[in-house]
Amino acid sequence: MLVNLPGPWNPWLGRLALSEIPYTNPILAPLFVVVVVLGLLMVAGITYYGKWGYLWKEWLTTVDHKKLGIMYIILGLVMLFRGFIDGLMMRTQQAMAVGPHASGMMGAVHGYLTPFHFGQIYSAHGMIMILLAATPLLVGIMNIVIPLQIGARDMAYPYLNALGLWITAAAVVLIMASLFVGDFAHNGWFGYAPIFELAYSPGVGVDYWIWTFQLVALGTTLGSINFIATIVKMRAPGMKWSRLPMFTWASLSANIIALTSFPCLQVAIGLVAADRYLGTHFFTAGFGGNLMLYTNLFWLWGHPEVYFVILPAFGMISEIIPTFSEKPLFGYVTMVLATFAIAGVSWLVWLHHFFTMGMGPYVSTEFSVATMLVGIPTGVKVFNWAFTMYRGRLTYTAAMYWALGALFLLLVGGLTGMMLSIPAINYMVHNSVFVVAHFHMMLLCIVYAIFGSVIYWFPKVFGYTLNEAWGKVMFWLFSAGTALVFIPMFMEGFMGMTRRLDWPFDPHWAPYLNIQVLGILVYVLSILAFVVMLYVSIRDRAQHRAAADAWGTSRSLEWLTASPVPFYNFAVVPQVNARDEVAWRREHGLSAQRASHYDAIHMPNNTGIAIIIGGLTFVLGFALTWRIWWLSLISLLAIIVMMIYRSAKGDPGHVIPAEEVERMDREAERTMPRADLPRHSGGVLGGAIAYDSGAAGEGSANLRGAPDYRP
Amino acid sequence: MSSAAEKVDPEKVVLWAGEHEGHDVISTRTFGFWLYILSDGMLFATLFAAYGVLSYAHSYYTGPTPAQFVAPWYTFIQTMALFLSVLAYGFSMTALKHGNRAGVINGLLAASVLGVVFLGLDIHDVLRMFGMHITPWTSGGLSAFYMLTQVHAAHIFFGLIWMLVMIYQVMRKEFTEEVIGRLISLRMFWQFQAVMWVFIYVFVYLWGYMS
Repeated sequence: MLVNLPGPWNPWLGRLALSEIPYTNPILAPLFVVVVVLGLLMVAGITYYGKWGYLWKEWLTTVDHKKLGIMYIILGLVMLFRGFIDGLMMRTQQAMAVGPHASGMMGAVHGYLTPFHFGQIYSAHGMIMILLAATPLLVGIMNIVIPLQIGARDMAYPYLNALGLWITAAAVVLIMASLFVGDFAHNGWFGYAPIFELAYSPGVGVDYWIWTFQLVALGTTLGSINFIATIVKMRAPGMKWSRLPMFTWASLSANIIALTSFPCLQVAIGLVAADRYLGTHFFTAGFGGNLMLYTNLFWLWGHPEVYFVILPAFGMISEIIPTFSEKPLFGYVTMVLATFAIAGVSWLVWLHHFFTMGMGPYVSTEFSVATMLVGIPTGVKVFNWAFTMYRGRLTYTAAMYWALGALFLLLVGGLTGMMLSIPAINYMVHNSVFVVAHFHMMLLCIVYAIFGSVIYWFPKVFGYTLNEAWGKVMFWLFSAGTALVFIPMFMEGFMGMTRRLDWPFDPHWAPYLNIQVLGILVYVLSILAFVVMLYVSIRDRAQHRAAADAWGTSRSLEWLTASPVPFYNFAVVPQVNARDEVAWRREHGLSAQRASHYDAIHMPNNTGIAIIIGGLTFVLGFALTWRIWWLSLISLLAIIVMMIYRSAKGDPGHVIPAEEVERMDREAERTMPRADLPRHSGGVLGGAIAYDSGAAGEGSANLRGAPDYRP
Repeated sequence: MSSAAEKVDPEKVVLWAGEHEGHDVISTRTFGFWLYILSDGMLFATLFAAYGVLSYAHSYYTGPTPAQFVAPWYTFIQTMALFLSVLAYGFSMTALKHGNRAGVINGLLAASVLGVVFLGLDIHDVLRMFGMHITPWTSGGLSAFYMLTQVHAAHIFFGLIWMLVMIYQVMRKEFTEEVIGRLISLRMFWQFQAVMWVFIYVFVYLWGYMS
């Protein structure tokens, strides 16, 4: 042992002991029972219906990018719910504990959560929402959409894709384990030196935090390599860079950010681990350690990460708005340039997270100006979206609602961000809930874009559309919740309320905190609406069967193949002729054209190795957290052995004969409804009104970009 | 850009490409590995940044500074071992171009032996300093010194394991696309570690000696 570990340790169980299970905690113990019962019910259900084989063959061992994407999204949605429950607890605690006379219960002096428990909740909330909810949701959607948009059969490395998912899942399991075994970090999701040092945080909470971070960083880095290689190497013939759909461009830039920035996180957190496990002095208060080195290294990753999550969301908005405006995206080239400009500037602004470090006016000015620069490309994007809608034929579908909502939140978040980029203002509101409200606007912009794209791409993956009415109900409830929670939060920020208060001491904040609890209740209703939307949609799926082009006005390549997408994506790889290939084919009356000749398709085989390695990484993380050295060593060795085994075994893949492809394609064609005309029939056939205020005659119908629905 | 104004003849327009494009396995694999190298470069860059920040006089907390313990001539031998290892790997790849299995194996063996020499010298150097009570837990500056040099050594260690696996695969398998792709990737990895060592040698050992 290189460090003096406070508390007991034994060679077999490390720091693990029965007393580490919080069975006396009035919140966690019942929750644990509920989780165990639900888990047992699930296992019993799968066993009863005999679905283990199906689960293993079709899902757990799959290398299909769509199924992996769906699993990423389910993982993300579950964690979004967990993170929301954390948020709900923070809101209720603050509302109950406000003022000096607030009563306390369950061991807390004020409210119902002790400061240590409250600290764990806000740390877990931040980490879960950014790394285990937003990131898996975005990665899942990228997984599903990118290969389809570029006309590929799968990702460049299908096995690596599965590995990334299972390592991310291991991170999720690890952070969930911290609920019931031991505790979680209480130092905020980004950590502060030196409070996370062993001397000040002697428990295992910080260790859970460290290894969850490392696992998710590993998973995301592997994913980013895969996405970049897929976009560079796997495009269909004719899919030139100038024809790449906007979402794919945005994902490319985001994954370049992830690839280059996640190693910084791994080093920053790795050095914390070295301090805690080896007794080094990177971030200690004495012995030549440097506290602000940690903060710098962390945000060196942290800010690029912010754009890693926002850029794909921008890409989603850029897909939804043109589809429902029936116009090509305005300013495609400037949109690409703006995306990469944001990605580039993301590396130059990390210091604005801690202007109060006191780096002097010159450095502060530098970072202030760099931060304001972000506004230029972002502004370009907002105007491009606005001009895309300008004089377009807008259809207000639920997906469009979410995209427009995202736009509005981007505006609020962006403008408050501009305020925060000014060091003089930033000093005043640093660590206040004004900052919290600001970045929640940005992150909710991402959530809006995600909900929009879940609705938008759902029919492509599952073959039927989600219920529009319930999607809109959910949108309005969610938006009301957002307004009720975050408008008062902005105001509290100006009233001087700092973030992360387990006890808000000033009674003047009480009305605002109460409104926020109301907002949280509305959020709960919106979650119910989401569940109802899923239920109603699944119930009525036969009536809402989607065509290949589910919206009738879609533009990019993924809408060319059947809905739901067959596992081989495209029966015949398309030749791309235009930027918005599907719109181009529709406008030229080529939508009904089918390939006359089918080829045999080569597909990768399923493999169980990815999920086994994922499981082993969880064991490794758990063993390291509890300092069970023998188990850490064994799991590490097992991971290396599995990798060597996979390398020796290889994957010959399998071939689907051409006749079989043809049969499946004809079958898919037969079961899909035909959609030669858009579902809504407003406007004049020929649709020139959006482009030419003159008569929609023969001539104007053929104007640039004008939809042409003639047979 | 899509433009309905240009006439498209439905009989002549090419809408389907079929399977003939054939993605190049080796090219796709090595490109992905090159991306990994990029992320590894960022890892080292961050470690260098940490080392730079933790190399002020106060970072050594009145303990020993690199000027007092680094031995550039000793580490120069390490440099030579690693460079010769890269050279031997290069010979192995030349043999690969001629399909010469024995040449590939001999080159890999020589490269791994020289890699082991490098690692042995590194471990010996660490033990020498530990004997002088110069340890990572002495000061922040020394923590950074050890972290940077030993993370590099860990890369060499895993590279050596990989090399052994490749020697086995070359002996047992044909020169398949997968095997060739792995040999190229390992070559990139090995050469990249040598390049990183050049930076470490210059900024840690030479600069440390002179400061």
